[in-house]
Amino acid sequence: MLADGNLLSCETLSHPAIVTLLDMADAWAAKNRRPEPVKSTILSGRTLINLFFEASTRTQSSFELAAKRLGADVMNMNVQASSVQKGETLIDTAMTLNAMRPDIIVVRHHAAGATELLSQKVDCAVINAGDGAHQHPTQALLDALTIRRIKGRVEGLLVAICGDILHSRVARSNINVLNTLGARVRIIAPSTLLPPQPERFGVEVFTDMVSGISGADVVMMLRLQTERMSGSAVPSSREFFHFFGLDDEKLKSAKPDALIMHPGPMNRGIEIASTVADHPRSAIREQVEMGVAVRMAVLEAIAHQLKSRAGVQP
Amino acid sequence: MSPNRIASRSHGSHSTLGAAGARMRHEAPAKGTLFVNARLMDPESGIDAVGGVLVREDKIADLGPHLTAGSLRDTDRDTDIVDCLGHILAPGLIDGQVYIGEPGEEHRETLKTASKAAAAGGVTTIVVMPDTRPVIDQVALVDFIQRRARDNALVHVATMAAMTRGLDGEEITEFGLLQHYGAIAFTNGKSSIANTRVMRNALLYARDFNALIVHHTEDPYLTSPTTMNSGEVSARLGLPGVGTVAETIMLERDIRLVATTGGRYHAASITCRDSLEVIRAAKARGLPVTCGVSINHLTFNEIDIGSYRTFFKLRPPLRTEADRQAMVEGVADGSIDIVVSGHDPQDADVKRRPFADAAAGAVGLETLLAAALRRHHAGEIPLMRLLQAMTLNPAKLLGLKSGRLSIGAPADLVVFDPNEPWVVAKEDLHSRSKNSPFDTGTLQGRVKRTIVAGSTEYPFPV
Repeated sequence: MLADGNLLSCETLSHPAIVTLLDMADAWAAKNRRPEPVKSTILSGRTLINLFFEASTRTQSSFELAAKRLGADVMNMNVQASSVQKGETLIDTAMTLNAMRPDIIVVRHHAAGATELLSQKVDCAVINAGDGAHQHPTQALLDALTIRRIKGRVEGLLVAICGDILHSRVARSNINVLNTLGARVRIIAPSTLLPPQPERFGVEVFTDMVSGISGADVVMMLRLQTERMSGSAVPSSREFFHFFGLDDEKLKSAKPDALIMHPGPMNRGIEIASTVADHPRSAIREQVEMGVAVRMAVLEAIAHQLKSRAGVQP
Repeated sequence: MSPNRIASRSHGSHSTLGAAGARMRHEAPAKGTLFVNARLMDPESGIDAVGGVLVREDKIADLGPHLTAGSLRDTDRDTDIVDCLGHILAPGLIDGQVYIGEPGEEHRETLKTASKAAAAGGVTTIVVMPDTRPVIDQVALVDFIQRRARDNALVHVATMAAMTRGLDGEEITEFGLLQHYGAIAFTNGKSSIANTRVMRNALLYARDFNALIVHHTEDPYLTSPTTMNSGEVSARLGLPGVGTVAETIMLERDIRLVATTGGRYHAASITCRDSLEVIRAAKARGLPVTCGVSINHLTFNEIDIGSYRTFFKLRPPLRTEADRQAMVEGVADGSIDIVVSGHDPQDADVKRRPFADAAAGAVGLETLLAAALRRHHAGEIPLMRLLQAMTLNPAKLLGLKSGRLSIGAPADLVVFDPNEPWVVAKEDLHSRSKNSPFDTGTLQGRVKRTIVAGSTEYPFPV
């Protein structure tokens, strides 16, 4: 299902692979909701390393929880205090970890392509938990699952992704998955926050929020990544909110039953108004819940492929 | 990709002053005025014929050769009749580049004094630059200008907002909000954006709002505070010079950025043949590029500086005679879109200094039309073309409804005698600063009447 037993990018995920992962995740979501504890031995005796070069709360804890529910031993690498701070290169770090013979490494790195590079240097499975502005596959899968559960389907829906597209790995991953599943995708941003030739992603491009979300079934907001701003892309958060922030007024142009999504963490009053974030149609908490289920499904899929590897039984 | 048009948004009840510009309102004007026996000249329709213009309230209600003193019916008793004595009646001028001292340097010029100079010069709309103290870089300051103009100015005042905060050249301003509250374009005033990324982002961001970027093109690293053209004259005078290359390098860079971003771009004031050729090439490629020239660069050259006459110290500097001729040619063939006064009041304290230390700049609102007529009298530029560059073209560039004689257009008009000679005397100028390079010079062509929004503002109302 997953090429090379890794999950590095959504670009190579096939339609059947995505559907299977979502089906598996659905099953885990149901189990997670039951009162009795989820006790699985799928990953018992396996070691998973959370290697986060970039700060994260929800993704890291979501992976940790998912792995523990599947019985894995989880180690969180505190990169801030590690040898990376002492100047070790990414490849040396990878080689060092590899020598400890983990089964799965979950990596987040600020540089696009870093997870790909790391995966070439280690023998274990690698899951990309976000590499620069490139990919964040489990986020796109959990978003697709959230949409599918609430809307009953993804195919044929009009999904508007709004905000800082240029710097967003979430946007790139979602465009891949949603397009593969047959949704109609729009992206909306000021021109300064669009990548070059955005229409080549197979999306419709808008620089006006109201016309961009007009008739949308799903409005997916992105975080304005102020820490990645350089060279004056947006003049102020006030102006950004005025023209690109999702408020009740702009939301009116979407379908009356439009779903509101945000990958978090939210900047209330910058890309999303508080009233919209806490709207009855906001799926933001559901997204977090589905995050754990999707990561369990991904780990389960990888576990099957681990077992098929020769000579690596614990 | 659909352009992000602010104009089409509904933003509640805030009035959009920007399109027409703010201006002082007198008590209710006469119900109507019929201007007769005028030579009508309108660059939009091309009309050049004797006739009349009927003004009702603040708009043109009718015009054409059919309008004479006998046209009024008995029901039109409350309409005044003005005999234009065969003088030219044209759209009031729109001056696309006016520096003022309000707020912050009111001793140089206020909106009120600048507007008096404008009215006396047949200018019915002045476009004020953001180079004030503080810099016009936020909504509240645009609002301040609009309110001050409403309360004090005789003519329309349109505001160009700063393109970067404090004109620092690094952080772009809130184009969307500023435009909504009345800014008609964005400029970095007298300074150029050295940071290419900032310029690129400004053009890209402006495109979403269909906003115009107006840029002073002068590479800051090739500029010297002396601002004298680099060449034989500067060499003989022993002054460090600035070559035309400082202008063309910046202009060529900007054109490349326009080509990649699609943003609307206006070079504020070109001065040399090389720049003209860059503009022509850009236009031939179909890029959204326009340019302006100041009346000074159509009139004077570096030799006029003579023995260090600081009233001829300008920024950008006066160039060679060949460059001046190129500017004339550019206006004549339409390559140069607009002619501006570049009105820049400087007081005696900063002008009465050694050339290198003196402030740059010249007042020009009051002499703009008459100085432009020199090119007509010299047979270099047709009169209609000159008017077009000071009325219709700036109106189209800045999205103003004025600048044309047509039914329903704002009644912003000028009546002038193109032939009457007069001698410029600085004590007669209405600007608070008297730094005119035309001082003691003879000009041919005199403004007889200036009408703003239907009411006569020059001769000044008593």
